[in-house]
Amino acid sequence: MDEHDSNAGPNKFKVTRRTVIETGTTALLLTTLPRASLAAGPADDNEPPPVKVELQINGHTRSLTLDPRTTLLDALREHLALTGSKKGCDHGQCGACTVLIDGRRINSCLTLAAMHDGHSITTIEGLAWGDDLHPLQAAFVEHDGFQCGYCTSGQICSAVGMLAESQQGMPSYVTGDLTQPAAELTDAEIRERMSGNICRCAAYPNIVSAIKQAAGMPT
Amino acid sequence: MKAFTYQRADSVRQAAAAAIKSGAKIIAGGTNLLDLMKLQVETPSQLIDINRLPLDKIEETPEGGLRIGTLVRNSDLATDPRVRQRYGVLSRALLAGASAQLRNKATTGGNLLQRTRCYYYYDVTKPCNKRSPGSGCAALAGFNRIHAILGTSDDCIATHPSDMAVAMRALDAKVETVNREGEAKAIPIAEFYRLPGNTPEIETSLKPGEIITAVTLPPPPPGVQVYRKVRDRASYAFALVSVAAIVDNTRGQIRSARLAFGGLAHMPWRVAQAEQRLVDAPANTTTFNAAADAVLEGARGFGANDFKMPLARRTLHSVLAEMTRT
Repeated sequence: MDEHDSNAGPNKFKVTRRTVIETGTTALLLTTLPRASLAAGPADDNEPPPVKVELQINGHTRSLTLDPRTTLLDALREHLALTGSKKGCDHGQCGACTVLIDGRRINSCLTLAAMHDGHSITTIEGLAWGDDLHPLQAAFVEHDGFQCGYCTSGQICSAVGMLAESQQGMPSYVTGDLTQPAAELTDAEIRERMSGNICRCAAYPNIVSAIKQAAGMPT
Repeated sequence: MKAFTYQRADSVRQAAAAAIKSGAKIIAGGTNLLDLMKLQVETPSQLIDINRLPLDKIEETPEGGLRIGTLVRNSDLATDPRVRQRYGVLSRALLAGASAQLRNKATTGGNLLQRTRCYYYYDVTKPCNKRSPGSGCAALAGFNRIHAILGTSDDCIATHPSDMAVAMRALDAKVETVNREGEAKAIPIAEFYRLPGNTPEIETSLKPGEIITAVTLPPPPPGVQVYRKVRDRASYAFALVSVAAIVDNTRGQIRSARLAFGGLAHMPWRVAQAEQRLVDAPANTTTFNAAADAVLEGARGFGANDFKMPLARRTLHSVLAEMTRT
């Protein structure tokens, strides 16, 4: 994978915990489930004609031929092996699947890959430059903005989108005066704007601190 | 998810012609439709994607209002400087709904057409006259804490979930549509939604193949605009009760008022009598209670949602007191 190019070289054959999990999971799934069922639930007798989609993912063009039912999240995870975006609730309630489309954050579980032909998509895998973490990734590490980590990639992608929205002057429900061009970010603003990302470990105070640091605010 | 064919529409008329077919559904943001399709509450055989149609602009109307294209995303509508300056109640209602990720995707037309979050509508193993006409209503004697207290029927006590539509009801918006013959209509939002009656599966006055193209707002009425939402969580939850209020008042004397409620009925709820009781009345508890009496006339609880009657009264009282404070 292009996203893993930085792992090439001396560490090429290094076995990591992730490799073992991925390999093991894939092997298990291949022996038990037909591929279509991963993306679309139980297969129907009359399969619909597949759709061709070209996605610009993290700067790379990816062409796919998909069952129309394939959500963007399933296209990323099951067809492109970009498993950084997580499937939590699969119903737009938890935010673990948050990705950026043309810079805007959305729930990738509640949209079809076919609806995004030609769109530019940034996932958690596309935020870092090689070993240089994105400032939000670095801040999450520094502030311990997670425990189990399952929601983290969604939290970070969401925070990237949130800071962009804030800079563009988008108000929130807690913004006092809507007629002002831009609301100042406060803890209350950050919490309201990040409410679409649930953390079951409740790392919220540290997530807020990490976001404040990345935004250049005092933490 | 049941299998479907996927097609991109090149024009509104083409979309309307395709949508008239049995089993066809229009998809725009998809945040509600795909959710329902995953649960097989909705099982379309064909999806018509209208996202590439040029219906995503917000324009000034000659009358001094705004025309909002059906594909304008909820976040863009809430952020538009004209909406924030002149229709604060709408901006605030939009920002009160869903999460930022969903607002970035959800569209104006789709928000109007979103379906109830009644638990029994979502649960395909339970009777629901809205999902499966004639099967019964599990909410009547079930867990009905979030359900309607006004305009209910023996067949359905679901609420409409939209915040945006409540603000649009207070603003007297019109829903513009086009059918496959290309005929355009402008439906006042007061006539757009229907009470459940004995056909709760029919929620709007839209005919098969009739597609929403825009929502128009008349010039804003005089007065202060407020949207107050009461819910179980501070953010990212549907309304138990919400109030969109536009009140013009001078030194404690109310000149005019508009009140629309969410969370109480199968559609945004507005009572002319309640507004009339506020006109030329002093802004005090007696006046506010008289308005609340009119709003709640005919209200009926179903056990777990009885609390919505005092909650609606207190929320209205609080909103009116805040808006008329001298």
